Amino acid sequence: MNAERVIEIKSLNKFFGDFQVLTNVDLSVSLGERIVICGPSGSGKSTLIRCVNGLEQFESGQIRVDGISLNDPGGVDRVRSEVGMVFQQFNLFPHLTVLENLTLGPMKARGLSRKAADALAMQLLERVRIPEQAHKRPRDLSGGQQQRVAIARSLCMKPKIMLFDEPTSALDPEMISEVLDVMVELAEDGMTMLVVTHEMGFARKVADRMVFMDGGEIVETGTPSAVFEAPKSQRFKDFLDKILQH
Amino acid sequence: MTRGVKLWALLAGMLLLAGCSGTGNWGWYVIDPSTPQGQSNVKFLIGGFWATIQLSLIAAALSMTIGLLVALPGMSANRWIRLPSRVYIEFVRAIPLLPMLFWVFYGLPVVMRSLGFPITIDAFWGAIITLAISDSAFTAEIYRSGIQSIPKGQTEAARTVGLTYSQTMRYVVLPQAIRRILPPLANQFIYIVKMSAFASVIGMQELTRRANELVVTEYRPLEIYTLLILEYLVLVLIISFFVRWLERKMGADESR
Repeated sequence: MNAERVIEIKSLNKFFGDFQVLTNVDLSVSLGERIVICGPSGSGKSTLIRCVNGLEQFESGQIRVDGISLNDPGGVDRVRSEVGMVFQQFNLFPHLTVLENLTLGPMKARGLSRKAADALAMQLLERVRIPEQAHKRPRDLSGGQQQRVAIARSLCMKPKIMLFDEPTSALDPEMISEVLDVMVELAEDGMTMLVVTHEMGFARKVADRMVFMDGGEIVETGTPSAVFEAPKSQRFKDFLDKILQH
Repeated sequence: MTRGVKLWALLAGMLLLAGCSGTGNWGWYVIDPSTPQGQSNVKFLIGGFWATIQLSLIAAALSMTIGLLVALPGMSANRWIRLPSRVYIEFVRAIPLLPMLFWVFYGLPVVMRSLGFPITIDAFWGAIITLAISDSAFTAEIYRSGIQSIPKGQTEAARTVGLTYSQTMRYVVLPQAIRRILPPLANQFIYIVKMSAFASVIGMQELTRRANELVVTEYRPLEIYTLLILEYLVLVLIISFFVRWLERKMGADESR
């Protein structure tokens, strides 16, 4: 096994009831690699990355993250401490301040002191450029700011891998770039990233590899320049035509 | 709320007036504090307050604890963990309070003795056990609906920042759910206070039992039961005020 491979997914199958959402999905990700997953809605792309940190269970197949198998009992908990996740709906904790949102994990799961956790949190808020919002409640922030807080909250756990599940889909257009900028910086710092998004500009700029999914299968993978120039499958071609129309 | 108080005060005043007018068959003298007999009667009746309060508070605290312990496994993704919780709720909810009280008071000691635990259950604890268990089925459902009203994304976010299930509940879900849980829980507490009157039938010396005993010696049921109702009213109004205050306090905290 290649030690560089931080995520290895082998013949993954998942069902919602009788409906098969994922069919024989194979994917391996190297350390530091940035992967953008795209595809029409219902293609299983969100489900796929949610399987990686155990938010979804799967019926058959194997997932190994940083050498830890999700099939093992207790594997999920250990994997989750390596993997950060950013959600479409931000999912900030509304009853806590921004700072408390960031420090909850480090203090309760990592056992950091309040002082150490606060320092870490402020450092990450600086990084996403909203330290001045530290003592506000999430609802007093704009969507773009909330999503940046969510990114900082994940980074507080010092993850090896970051999963992004349509991080800009719930944002007003003018706020998309402030979130993407933070993600680009993260990529430049060498973070391993799996990003489900329709932001093709971001994909072109950041992705080492594009993964196109449709109907629960990986239809096509390749470097952004290759797939954008000449998509091999008709399905990917149709999809790109649709989203790049505007 | 203050309007409610005024209405009741008006009603009580009218009853008193009617009683003093001398035309009806009223006899407020039995609870007239200006006479020595009336004063001792009133003292006797009011003496039940403490027992009723104690009974209700302990039963409510137990019910809320049992309710949570029943509700949490009831929300498990695993149906075999869910099942016992469902069975408990459906079973307990179906038993009327009075038969359960009789069963606990007269039957439970026999069951325990045959199992090798010779215990005696006095009226106080018999009433508390019954009230707590019968109410816990309802509090469990209140917790469940409150917790399930918190979006799933909250739990997912908490788990992805490394919190365990119980930490997620404690720091993320319950603090948000409590505001939705509190009003129906307060309702349940008021219900317990009123249902504690059933403890009188197994001889617990609370408000209702004392009223009954006085009626037997004084033959003045109307006046004595009127005072009894007013006693419960006072108790419930105090609880209502307290709950309103609590809700306001938490609401203010939340809106900031």
